Amino acid sequence: VEHRIVRATRMAARTIVAAAAIVGLLALLVALSGYDPRAALSALWSGSFGSAYAIFSATLVRATPLVLTGLAVALAFSGGVLNIGAEGQFLAGAAAGSAVALALPPAAGVVALIASLAAGAVVGAAWTIVPAILRVRFRVLEVISTIMMNFIALHAVSYLVRGPLQEPLRIYPQSSAIPAGARLPIVLPGTRLHLGFVLAVLASIAAWLLLRHTAAGFRIRVTGTGPTAARSAGMIDVDRVTLRVFLLSGALAGLAGAVEVSGVTYALYENISPGYGYTAIAVALLGGLHPIAVAGSGIFLGALEAGAASMQRDAAVPSVLVSVVEALVILAVIGLRAARAVAADEHGGTEPRREMPSGATPSPSDA
Amino acid sequence: VTLLVAFLQATLRTATPLLYAALGETLVERAGLINIGLEGAIIAGAFAAVATAPHAGIAGGFVVAALAGAAMAAVLALFAVRFRADQIITGTAISLLGLGATGLLYRLVFGTTGAALSTPTLAPVVVPGLGQIPVVGPALFTHPLTTYVAFALVPLASWWLFRTHAGLALRAVGENPAAALAAGVAPGRVQWLAALGGGALGGVSGATLVLAQVGTFAEGMSAGRGFIAIAIVALGRWTPYGTAGAALLFGASSALQFLLQAAGWPLPYQLFLAIPYVLTLIALASTGRRAAAPAALGKPLPNA
Repeated sequence: VEHRIVRATRMAARTIVAAAAIVGLLALLVALSGYDPRAALSALWSGSFGSAYAIFSATLVRATPLVLTGLAVALAFSGGVLNIGAEGQFLAGAAAGSAVALALPPAAGVVALIASLAAGAVVGAAWTIVPAILRVRFRVLEVISTIMMNFIALHAVSYLVRGPLQEPLRIYPQSSAIPAGARLPIVLPGTRLHLGFVLAVLASIAAWLLLRHTAAGFRIRVTGTGPTAARSAGMIDVDRVTLRVFLLSGALAGLAGAVEVSGVTYALYENISPGYGYTAIAVALLGGLHPIAVAGSGIFLGALEAGAASMQRDAAVPSVLVSVVEALVILAVIGLRAARAVAADEHGGTEPRREMPSGATPSPSDA
Repeated sequence: VTLLVAFLQATLRTATPLLYAALGETLVERAGLINIGLEGAIIAGAFAAVATAPHAGIAGGFVVAALAGAAMAAVLALFAVRFRADQIITGTAISLLGLGATGLLYRLVFGTTGAALSTPTLAPVVVPGLGQIPVVGPALFTHPLTTYVAFALVPLASWWLFRTHAGLALRAVGENPAAALAAGVAPGRVQWLAALGGGALGGVSGATLVLAQVGTFAEGMSAGRGFIAIAIVALGRWTPYGTAGAALLFGASSALQFLLQAAGWPLPYQLFLAIPYVLTLIALASTGRRAAAPAALGKPLPNA
């Protein structure tokens, strides 16, 4: 028990240091840009955690897609799948979710809601099938293929909102609003917090149980440390595990898209994602690929993005500053990890190297 | 006929910045690195061009843009080569960094409106003789200098890559870094140089957008060209000539969209915009097994 307390304290301390470092970095960038850091930070605070409204209507609403796509990326990376395609899977899920919600009669109510969320997850998973088959069958780097699928999704949504799903007046490139019954209920009256956030938290608990407490999760993690390790552990069909990781990751990102439509936007339009699928990489890495920690880092980056919006409103600081911070966070995380690995090497390497499961990246010559 | 001229012109115009970036990426990937941060190098080049060309002239803008692109690639080399961190995640972060930082700098330097910001641009150069041929002349031989240079680089890059010792060393590092090391080639240094060169070409690609085409800067104006260039390299099977062909194909399919819209074609233009990506996926599947990609692509160097 004592051991656990020590570990929890250490983790909490590390979290606080990381959060403080990120906020400090942001303040530094604000100051370097010639703005008043105090005004900017106060706007950042008031827009993210400063009031109940900010927490429940801005931060947690913004965090919902980040947690779900962050889980998608974390799960994929844990299983050795470098899925850079969460953005496309998110868009595919959003498109499928809105198509189903609009196709069912308004009287369908909660059935329409469930059907549209399920459609989002299924189509999100389907969006990974091509990269998954290319990887398993043809040893094609999924990095390239998932990026291709992102562009195809982008053009597909652009087509849908100007074609089959366009609102009846055919003026705006967006769909009609989905019926009230197909929308996710608000969980806190008077705020914008919808049931999707609860789903995201449940998903992270489920992902944690799967990864850390089941045989299937063990196989995923072993596959993630490298195909050689997986084969020597025996009894692991690497290709099958890889395929499942692709599908599960895509399903989570697709669900995120459908949740965004049924919980926030209520319609499909082109720029429905401000790059959630890419921010998700920062979310996953900041959370150390641990599903529960990913929920935390998703909320943290959600707060940062929500706060950035109010920073732009109240202190005139461009909100794009946050994406610089997010990129630097990714670099800092992998830099620290690499530095630790180098240090471990130099100290005789008794400590097991904990690094990205990049060994599983296939090269075309592996076939 | 005017439509055909417009189509061919637009094809070359769209293909040019893609070709610069993709030629650079071909060299980088031949050395075993994959630079997903190319998008960041392109947008950094575009911003550098717009920030310096009004003061330093067009040539100065290109030089600074190349340096900016190389600087972005240096971050990749530092992390991926020096620290042996994951190339793909590093590259993704660099793309995000480039897009975010240029957006931020743009607003800081030029204000939120960004109005009245325009740079000098390269005028089209009519090739003597060839430019006078009807149809072909205006379509293929009336372009800014950058277009001719881009296509002239193709045979040059191919010769360098396949016919020189330096090119052989580069390819050796991409295929088998341990063997390259044994043969007296320093894989780390080769990858550093390849990354810097590829980044510089990415910067030139961004500068071409600004200084030969648009004449101004917009946030995110690279619009995924870095990722498209990576697709082009794969579609072109990691050779300069293949890359040029793939870049032209991407150019043609996006030019086709304007043509079809003008002609009132009933098919959705997004279909044509998506074709190159689908083609790339098919090409990846068909080349995958035959190992057209460098064998050590994307892998960290072995312990020296």
